[in-house]
Amino acid sequence: MFGFSKEQGIAFLLLLILVVVCPFVLYPVFLMNVLCFALLACAFNLLIGYVGLMSFGHAAYFGMGAYVCAYAAKVWGLTPEVCVLLGGITGGLLGVVFGWLAIRRQGIYFAMITLALAQMNYFFCLQAPFTHGEDGIQQVPRGALFGIFSLANDRAMYVFIAVLFLFFFLLIHRIVHSPFGQVLKAIRENEPRATSLGYRTDDYKLIAFILSCFIAGIAGGAKALVFGIATLTDVNFETSGEIVLMTLVGGMGTIFGPGVGALVLKGMENYLAGIGSWVTVVQGCIFVVCVLAFRRGIIGEIGARLKLVL
Amino acid sequence: MLLTRRDLLGTVAIAAAAPVMARAQSTPAIKPAIKIGVLGDQSGVYRDLSGPVAAACVRQAVQDMAPHLNGIDVQVVVGDHQNKPDVGASLVRQWFDRDAVDMVTDCPNSAVALAVAAICHEKDKTYINSAAMITELTGAQCAPTTVHFAMDTYALARSTGTAMVADGGDTWFFVTADYDFGLALQRDTTGFITRAGGSVLGSVRAPFPTTDFSPYLLQAQSSGAKVIGLCNAGSDVVNSIKQAGEFGLTRAGVKVAGLLVFISDVHALGLQAAQGLNLTESFYWDLNDRTRAFTSRVLKQTDGVRPGMGQAGCYGGTVHYLKAVAALGAADARRSGRAVVARMKSMPTDDDAFGAGSIREDGRALHPVYLFQVKAPDESRGPWDYYKLVATTPIDQAWRPLNQGGCPMVHS
Repeated sequence: MFGFSKEQGIAFLLLLILVVVCPFVLYPVFLMNVLCFALLACAFNLLIGYVGLMSFGHAAYFGMGAYVCAYAAKVWGLTPEVCVLLGGITGGLLGVVFGWLAIRRQGIYFAMITLALAQMNYFFCLQAPFTHGEDGIQQVPRGALFGIFSLANDRAMYVFIAVLFLFFFLLIHRIVHSPFGQVLKAIRENEPRATSLGYRTDDYKLIAFILSCFIAGIAGGAKALVFGIATLTDVNFETSGEIVLMTLVGGMGTIFGPGVGALVLKGMENYLAGIGSWVTVVQGCIFVVCVLAFRRGIIGEIGARLKLVL
Repeated sequence: MLLTRRDLLGTVAIAAAAPVMARAQSTPAIKPAIKIGVLGDQSGVYRDLSGPVAAACVRQAVQDMAPHLNGIDVQVVVGDHQNKPDVGASLVRQWFDRDAVDMVTDCPNSAVALAVAAICHEKDKTYINSAAMITELTGAQCAPTTVHFAMDTYALARSTGTAMVADGGDTWFFVTADYDFGLALQRDTTGFITRAGGSVLGSVRAPFPTTDFSPYLLQAQSSGAKVIGLCNAGSDVVNSIKQAGEFGLTRAGVKVAGLLVFISDVHALGLQAAQGLNLTESFYWDLNDRTRAFTSRVLKQTDGVRPGMGQAGCYGGTVHYLKAVAALGAADARRSGRAVVARMKSMPTDDDAFGAGSIREDGRALHPVYLFQVKAPDESRGPWDYYKLVATTPIDQAWRPLNQGGCPMVHS
């Protein structure tokens, strides 16, 4: 099912067990934060790991998803699943526009264009009246799922977020292992050759970009509901950098890597909060160590050692 | 019986998992202690007006109140919100959900202050804000769990704005921090200026935080206004006053009015740059015998740094909170932040930092407000001898009238 190999199936079962057991041991809000960022990193990984497109502006789709979701929940009073979906659609629409412009270039130029567009989006969010500038959209109600199940309880919210995460995690896995995903990987390996085989690579890249942005928007919407707040932090370029870091630490181009990266970085942010802004310094050091010592990332290194594709 | 490797591994795994599961099952025991969370800016632009000194003031309050607490143990935890509403909000949530914190205090930065107020209301925990200035805390977004100590934009604007216009500064230009606090301060000050017969020639919004204020100051200068009103705080206000001096604005006769200047800012500027500045605070360490007594006690913990009004507000707020806790008993106080705040409102406040006062039904703590002028270097007689008292606004005039805030809890 879903194109899992045997060892990936085992790893997925392990992930499933962790997702179920962890809320009994750890603080659920922290875990929900990890899951939201894991989903975001997975979306980013879909681009960089499987199409070879280095987007440096994923915070834009994440943050706009968060804003729209928060606005829909607070002002329009919609149910959480609709709000999250609206967040995803916002991310996707933004992806259509930004992607259409950005995919015409490759490598560093692609990264810089996505970064520039994301910064424009940041200033839009700073000034637009509906985002409330520095305050952000606060006191966002979690609402009731389908209008029936209240999500005010952290455990209930956790179930919602966990299901959301697992669904999109499987979706990404399915995309990567579909014929469409094979073409994406072909583009990553050798774009002129994919073109010569008759594939319109620009179309494939754009679709992958939009999918990634859509999922990033979903992750942003989910995060806004978990914390009841959508702020400038979500659209800031530091968030974009953090996403890249998560993916690299966890293992670029692996299915499970980004999730592990999100767990490591968010765990550090949470448990090292006492040292304040030094967290960024520690993160920087970890990044350097990662690049020097285990370039494939945690999961990538494990996979290489065990000769498995994880 | 043969022990296979699989059995062994299984046994070890179960043995390892058991304590973890057991810990998860057992609910945390209810301790007869009160926990206070000091949520400050420990690393950013507001560190000097909040930060470690605010935490020291809270610890001092706990120490001073210890004999009256009937054996209730009080712990203090300190957090850093990094001036980000989401960081502050998630930290406070964690404090309530996991670390059994009962009261949150300090909290500069209006955006964070409002986010935290909402969470305290939701979780029924006491919130004593003393470092954010936004009047919404006791206005449209007031809550039965919120108490606002020390100062707000209305009182600042009234005190400084009115005094400056009376002194001849009748045309103004604002340089405003582009978020709720700055905009609210500008709005409130504009009201008092026009009421006093002055006029506002223009304003410019600077992003928060900013290090280079030159474009905004030049714009202010070209407007021809007699007074440049600085609606910002912390290192922003320090930078803009310094740069106004460097551009020769002050020499050219333009008055710079820092609408929110703390003593830590004056200390950072130095008397040479800050002399003559009019400013409003509700606490000054050298004001009277009680403030000097409080300051001499707390100095041992702050390496000689004198507290400003926000930090003193942490002291005053915590003292009053602990009085209410002692009256209610720890168990009741832990159960409901709302009940503690109701109790706080029903008792008059009296502490060494602010003297006698009270807390209004919208959560506003009432005490006199003082207009100070910064001394010239040759007038200053010792370390931190910075202010001379110009005017005192009595309690009944200093604060926004109760019926004008739009607080839904106020029944007129």
